[in-house]
Amino acid sequence: MTPIALDVAHLFAGGLVLASFMLLYQDRMTGLINTFALHALVVSLSVAWQAYIQQAPHLYITAAIALVVKALVIPFALHRIIVRLGIHRTIEPVVGTGQTMLAGIGLVALSIMVMLPITPQAGTLAREDLAFALSVILLGLLMMISRRNAVSQVIGFMSIENGLILAATGAKGMPLVVEISVAFSILIALIVIGIFLFRIRERFETVDIHVLHEHRGEQP
Amino acid sequence: MSEPGEFVVAAVLVIPALSAALLALLPDDRTSAWLNAVASFLTFLCALVLLAQRPSPGPFLIVDDLNVVFIVLSTFVGFTTSVFSATYIAHELEIGRLTHAYLRFYHAMYQVLMFGMNLALLSNNVGLMWVAVELATLTTVLMVGIYRTPAALEAAWKYFLLGSVGIALALFGTILVYLAARAVVGEGLDAMAWSVLVERAAEFDSALLNLSFVFLLLGYGTKVGLVPLHAWLPDAHAEGPTPISAVLSGLLLNVALFAVLRFKIVMSANPGALAPGPLMVALGLLSVLFASFMLYRRQDIKRMFAYSSIEHMGIVTFAFGMGGALANFAGLLHMTLHSLTKSAIFFCVGHIAQVKGTQRMADIRGLTVSHPVLGWGLVVGVVAIAGIPPMGIFMTEFLIVTSTFARQPVLAVLLGLSLLVALGALLARLNGLAFGDPHGSREPAKASFVPVAIHFALVLAAGIWLPATFVAWFQHVAALLR
Repeated sequence: MTPIALDVAHLFAGGLVLASFMLLYQDRMTGLINTFALHALVVSLSVAWQAYIQQAPHLYITAAIALVVKALVIPFALHRIIVRLGIHRTIEPVVGTGQTMLAGIGLVALSIMVMLPITPQAGTLAREDLAFALSVILLGLLMMISRRNAVSQVIGFMSIENGLILAATGAKGMPLVVEISVAFSILIALIVIGIFLFRIRERFETVDIHVLHEHRGEQP
Repeated sequence: MSEPGEFVVAAVLVIPALSAALLALLPDDRTSAWLNAVASFLTFLCALVLLAQRPSPGPFLIVDDLNVVFIVLSTFVGFTTSVFSATYIAHELEIGRLTHAYLRFYHAMYQVLMFGMNLALLSNNVGLMWVAVELATLTTVLMVGIYRTPAALEAAWKYFLLGSVGIALALFGTILVYLAARAVVGEGLDAMAWSVLVERAAEFDSALLNLSFVFLLLGYGTKVGLVPLHAWLPDAHAEGPTPISAVLSGLLLNVALFAVLRFKIVMSANPGALAPGPLMVALGLLSVLFASFMLYRRQDIKRMFAYSSIEHMGIVTFAFGMGGALANFAGLLHMTLHSLTKSAIFFCVGHIAQVKGTQRMADIRGLTVSHPVLGWGLVVGVVAIAGIPPMGIFMTEFLIVTSTFARQPVLAVLLGLSLLVALGALLARLNGLAFGDPHGSREPAKASFVPVAIHFALVLAAGIWLPATFVAWFQHVAALLR
């Protein structure tokens, strides 16, 4: 593998981590959805590059699915949904941008410290890819716990899926799982968007999860 | 290669898949409920055949001594639950809690869930198993939210979020396992096949395996409901339809635990890898301690038994973590008996909540007077689940505590103590529920008692007399678990 090929792979993987950081501080719904589209675009470029350097044509399919579904269809649908729900202008208070970013940096450091020493035999490419992928996954988790809006949580979850795709394509020659996991991520996204948001809307006229928490089952 | 065996394995998967498609198309509710039960029964029969006819492992599917126990248990409880579900659902339709369209969806999803669980148990490929567990999770999420009340939606949402985070961590762990195997086995399907992984585990890079096990334990552990990853479990049990609570507690938790066990076997086959036992012991003990104290403050009857499920999954995880022939044997038996008992309890609780029109325990009193069969069924169930002799769970809990006492006395004391705490909580609640002056509706219940009776009879039989062949079978499986 030529050094330039590795560098480009790292560029895309690093770009994905950067996009995850950008997701963390978006306080407007439209901005958040657009940033997620960027996130998905980077992951699809990264997968396409892996397909090229690994000479694994089936990965192009994964890249295309990521591009079409996650970078175009889902963001488009989410835009429609937030307009219909009337939350497109809402400024969502992101709890302590500074602290969240610091925590995010800590998580990236953690994943590099965990992954790099123990995966020397996995190959250079897989090793750094895994460190980046773990960062993206942890940042996605951070986003899910620091947001209270259902749409933001779904976006956090889909960014975790992107991290998983990065990891799975970095593991050279991994059979069948890439395709299936992509299909499943689409399914999840559809189910979530279709059913939960509309049901939540139907019942409460809001998608703020905090309102849901008032309906806890455990009444004294 | 034995042809009939392969045919039967295919049948265990194809019957649920086909009937799911059929049930999605059938408009008539009575036929659907009946067909659901018949399909589940046929699947159970096929699973029984697998005991005798076993095909050689292929790249995707495998039947071995370990998973056959889970498959038979899972299809059996799946069948009895479908019988219970028929009467339960008829009542829900009568009072208008479910519409016809939702019912059709419910029956189709029930079979998809069965398909997902059977596939997870039968798969020889770690990736395929992950997909199957995810499928099972998604179907249960949809079913938990089926009543569309605010509480049900919140429960489904919470379950969806926590479940998918868990499943994401598990996929990352699976990728790491593949990387560890690829260096030894080479690229391709073999590096994800169970049979190959276990055989060659000794040569894998142990650091990579360690890391993967942490992710897998946290990931699938979320689905087992281990503390501190349990937050979805009580809500999902309390707010969904009761047949789903029974299937969740009785089967889906086991399937997730089965995934952990598979990876535990790989870990213990590698001499350089971290011992998986202590991690499982710690999480298991934490779950038992936490859940047994949480039992005291519950107001909702289904929620209380959900916490009891956390407690029992904790006990089973603890036993498998301790390892050794005796603890593994007891853990396996405990898991089986817990599935049978807990699903039977949910059958009773489902009918009780229907006749009383509430799940609040304060509003349910004197069941043995107003509804003798249901009330005494609940009494038997609680006696069994609390671990009072002569029921089988007493014996398995006794075995787990004593075998631990010989090796780690402090842990055994802690475990024994929390079992007593849980016993106290359950009996205190039972006293209010079952005895005293009856409260609320006295209308006779239209209930299916046969599944309940069969389950309790099996649990009682296990406590009094276990057939020698059965013991030998479980001992053999326990030896496989190391």
